[in-house]
Amino acid sequence: MKEKEKGRRDFMGMALGACAAVGGVGALYAAKRTWDPLPSVKAAGFTTIDLSAAQENVLNVEKWRGKPIFVLKKSADMKADERDIVIGSDRFHVSIGLCTHLGCIPAYEKEQHKFKCACHGGEFDASGHQIFGPPPSPLEIPPFKIDGTKLVLGETGPEYQKMLDAGLTV
Amino acid sequence: MAHFEKAKNLNEWLDQRLAVNTLKRVLNTEYWIPKDINFLWAMGMVLAATFGMLVLSGIFLLMYYKPDTNLAFDSVNYTIMSEVGYGWLWRHIHGVGASIVFLIIYIHMFTGIYYGSYKRGRELIWLSGMALFVAFSAEAFSGYMLPWGQMSYWAGMVITNLFSGGSLEAYGLVEWIRGDYVPGDAFLTRFFMLHVLLLPLVIIGLIVLHFGTLRIPHVNNQEGAEIDFKEAADLWKSGKKKESKVIPFSPVFLSKDVFVMGVYFILFFYLVFYNFNFAMDPVNFDPADGLKTPAHIYPEWYFLWSYEILRPFGKDAGLIAFGIAQAALFFLPFIDRSPNVAPAHKRGLFQVWFWVLLIDMIALTALGKLPPTDATFALLGKISAWTFLALGPILVIITMFEKKIEKGA
Ligand code: FES
Repeated sequence: MKEKEKGRRDFMGMALGACAAVGGVGALYAAKRTWDPLPSVKAAGFTTIDLSAAQENVLNVEKWRGKPIFVLKKSADMKADERDIVIGSDRFHVSIGLCTHLGCIPAYEKEQHKFKCACHGGEFDASGHQIFGPPPSPLEIPPFKIDGTKLVLGETGPEYQKMLDAGLTV
Repeated sequence: MAHFEKAKNLNEWLDQRLAVNTLKRVLNTEYWIPKDINFLWAMGMVLAATFGMLVLSGIFLLMYYKPDTNLAFDSVNYTIMSEVGYGWLWRHIHGVGASIVFLIIYIHMFTGIYYGSYKRGRELIWLSGMALFVAFSAEAFSGYMLPWGQMSYWAGMVITNLFSGGSLEAYGLVEWIRGDYVPGDAFLTRFFMLHVLLLPLVIIGLIVLHFGTLRIPHVNNQEGAEIDFKEAADLWKSGKKKESKVIPFSPVFLSKDVFVMGVYFILFFYLVFYNFNFAMDPVNFDPADGLKTPAHIYPEWYFLWSYEILRPFGKDAGLIAFGIAQAALFFLPFIDRSPNVAPAHKRGLFQVWFWVLLIDMIALTALGKLPPTDATFALLGKISAWTFLALGPILVIITMFEKKIEKGA
């Protein structure tokens, strides 16, 4: 009799444990999804930039997904780079303007053709490669699609896919 | 059903239903405190009182604050500061309180380290205290976001970027924490929730736990003497108050606590009325702008030492050093291997270690405030950071060889 009762209690304990585990996992999943970016936030994640009016060696800062986007038309004396976006005969450096160290916005120094991050002294060249200080990787290139002289940010075009495959950006 | 007598007064009525007399005895009149403790031991009550001020002023601010990226800045800097009657008072109390509470926490912590109050039998007091420190840090950070000024925005950006885990590039995690690609509305509202509900609940729970951990091992004393609390309490109760080594918490020790709190609140309100600016970063009076970084991003003074440990290293090494610095103090009871519960000035090398730790943390704090451009200061920062990291292993070694102190009574 006693043994039997113990067996019953064990069973109830296990049943309770199983229910609690299923409920707990479900609740955790719901909580996780609640903190995901909202669909409206995600849908607003596309921006079109017209590159035809850009001037050489003048940094334009656009906004995409709340982040600053650097658009720099390279002049002839600036080194070509595999990360350049080529439209006709023009070469552009386009990147997310947040330092890859901790996310400050670097400033562009026109004469020296480089980006300087004031936060911890990091520096990038005009192609976005880190050349000094703590930044561990080059400035990131946002997903883009070329559409005539326009650039659609947030969409993955073949040129961007190529850069991704070559490991030029993350 | 239990047996109830007709009560003669309210106290008796409550006692029958809530055992209030027992509670009073256990928590107050027969909760024994060593006689031999100085004003530094009053910091616990000072902290509790400051937390009370923060909750109270926070409730008033909550009534006018708007957790919306378009409205937040003005609701604080215009509505609360110039429209709401005495709104400035609550804001200054809240701002000064949030800053000063960390000063008191650090004093409280270093008192514990100096007198060895984290050792054998009191580990849980230390651990729950450190958990409180972490909870207060999260509370302070989430509150710092709410006015949605430039420093709020960029502090939010930089701190959440830490979660990308260096070369792990965990941007999914960062975006999940923010609920957006950059700090935005979702970010503000969830930090608002954390600041006004979840974290205060956690803090209150931890305070109860922290007090609870104190009840059985009892509070340490200036000499680290082992007191037979039962014997000493019996002496006190039998009227031999002079001979007894202990006093009851209430009303005897509490009167000392209250005196220290009185002095403290004079200073506190002097700051609130005449010197509140030290707790208000000027950069945070510019509205948040995602396209413009302030020239120099730094946290509030109480986070500077750990921020400075992050800075001199590369991204990954910096993160690891930062992580170690955050967790290191938790392990204090387990890396201090000495058999002595005694004040630092009686423990030889440990005293040197203590002052090096204190001075190193002050140095890190000062250096963390300086812009990163000067090479000498950068070098000093590096040395201080390495010193901090080395102090842990050094403590293990010096306390391993520490001799047992023979205690005269
Ligand atoms: S954020 Fe740019 S160097 Fe640290």
